Amino acid sequence: MALDLSVEKVSKSFGDFTAVNEVSFAVEQGRFFSILGPSGCGKTTLLRMIAGFIEPTGGRILIRGSDMANLPPNRRPVNLIFQHLALFPMMNVAQNIAFGLQRRREKKPDIDRKVADILERVGLPKFGNKNIGQLSGGQKQRVAIARCLVLDPAVLLLDEPLGALDLKLREQMKVELKKLQAQVGTTFIYITHDQSEALVMSDHVAVMNKGRFEQVDTPRMLYAHPKTPFVARFVGDNNAWNGIVADQRDNLCTIKTADGQTFSAGAEPDLKPGATVSFFIRPEAIIIAPESGLDDFNRLTVTIKSILFDGANSRLLATPTDGDAELMIALPQNRQYDHLAAGDRVDIGWSARSASCFRVP
Amino acid sequence: MNAARSRITLPFLIFVTPVLMWLFLLIVLPHIDLLLMSFRIEDDAGAMVWSLVNYLNFFDEPVYWRTFTRTAVYAILTTMITFSVSLPVAFYITKVVSPRFSGFLSLLLLMPFWVSELVRVYGWMILLRESGVINHFLLRAGLLQRPVEMLYNDITMVMGLVYTSMLFMVVPLISVLESLDDSLIEAAYDLGGNVFSIVTRIIIPHAMPGIVSGGIVVFMLTLGNYLTPNLIGGKNSLWFTEQIYNQFIASFNWNQGAAFGFLLLILSSAMVWIGLKLTRQKLSQVVQ
Repeated sequence: MALDLSVEKVSKSFGDFTAVNEVSFAVEQGRFFSILGPSGCGKTTLLRMIAGFIEPTGGRILIRGSDMANLPPNRRPVNLIFQHLALFPMMNVAQNIAFGLQRRREKKPDIDRKVADILERVGLPKFGNKNIGQLSGGQKQRVAIARCLVLDPAVLLLDEPLGALDLKLREQMKVELKKLQAQVGTTFIYITHDQSEALVMSDHVAVMNKGRFEQVDTPRMLYAHPKTPFVARFVGDNNAWNGIVADQRDNLCTIKTADGQTFSAGAEPDLKPGATVSFFIRPEAIIIAPESGLDDFNRLTVTIKSILFDGANSRLLATPTDGDAELMIALPQNRQYDHLAAGDRVDIGWSARSASCFRVP
Repeated sequence: MNAARSRITLPFLIFVTPVLMWLFLLIVLPHIDLLLMSFRIEDDAGAMVWSLVNYLNFFDEPVYWRTFTRTAVYAILTTMITFSVSLPVAFYITKVVSPRFSGFLSLLLLMPFWVSELVRVYGWMILLRESGVINHFLLRAGLLQRPVEMLYNDITMVMGLVYTSMLFMVVPLISVLESLDDSLIEAAYDLGGNVFSIVTRIIIPHAMPGIVSGGIVVFMLTLGNYLTPNLIGGKNSLWFTEQIYNQFIASFNWNQGAAFGFLLLILSSAMVWIGLKLTRQKLSQVVQ
């Protein structure tokens, strides 16, 4: 498949500070690609370099095969949706959308037709004469997308456009944005610090930290097989433990923790006994009251400290009886565990293969 | 009605009385006297009678209304030049320079205004006159064979007026441009806009209230300016304020001078009103 965007060893430093450090990735045509990272990781800088607002200090950015070096934003075939949308308040909806077309000196009848078409496509027919102030948050969102899509860009860049919306609308827009992208087939590059936005919408997600990509993968792989401790911590919730490898066989190592417990966890074969490791176990991978006789299974008795009820996302906070670590355990809301209360002791366990294990330098 | 009445409390009266006294004693009262004066002339017997002659003189005598037209045209021209000079300055201060530095630059803009207008105008004269600094250096550099008189022409006068009134345009422009979200400019640039379209479609529409309020102030100040046209433009500059001055001081015809004063007030207010209508701005929004 053709590459819409390829970024080759792009760097940007501001004085001594390196915001983006030799980042490389490629996005195929029609994909929804997300860059996920905490604030200050360099994701906005990277996006602005693709849009052309910042010149990289090193590396190349190619859009549909042509080098974008020294090309200003108004001559790049990419458009950016700003965090606060940046709709022009001095113009109505139709004028906002027509702005880019007028800059290309298209004919008036063509502009009118395209504006009507795109408004129809984003589900806002007959909104052309409304002022920006009359629109709701979700409608503004769609106008901002329409204003860029009407120009038929090679790549559409989105800078956390859902950040300003309230939770309910954000959930709804996530689904809508994904649908819209599938429908128009434009390549989307989406940056966010919200892992759920990235996981729900994207075909591929890059996790960025301190100016570098930690891992580029499908959302499922990112969640199930994080490649670095940062990804394990940042994507989804995780329980973390530190320990020392005591034994290693069949890609399964035995780990002794500082508070004297022994677990087994799946690991790369190069983890030799004596290595210091962190290992992570997802709250939903922990089974409450597991049946006996399972292979490669870690078992533990814990005391429930509190129950965090959050509907389908409810959790137990518990501490092992002979340890001081705190564990977060998913609490399925199938009424099976309704009898649990703070202070109870329960048996828990998890399959060794569901834990991920990383060497700590 | 009751609500309005209950708001008139003692503290309110204490604070509002000086303002009202100021307005009434120093502005309204003298103006009423001048207005009455403008409708009176001396008849053949030397007695004062009511008449409209003072106002009719303005229209009958071409030198008067031509002077006024000339003054108004130059005031509009000055306002436009001031705007086109001030917009880049205000844009640079608010958007280009780092915020730490922008306060300092605004202060630099204010600095010349610590000195009175008279001194500043004499400063210009020292630079521009035939034996002035600029002529001196141009002669030294061999660019001129003999000194050129740069004062006492319309171009220099307009330049002086622009210099005098620039601050009153830059300050409102800075305040409106500060409220302009940078991402709007970036979005326009991203959508294919160039400098011209960004200025005309984004910056000017956004800055319109500031442009109009700055424009009104600059226009009124220029129209009513006496020092700069008189000193830089010379005795022949024919500024309307000089006509008023001449009536009061030279001809000692206070009645005629008062009539001219009121004509200046009415005509300039009418022009501001037309300007507001043309730019579809409301005075209440502009003065905010």
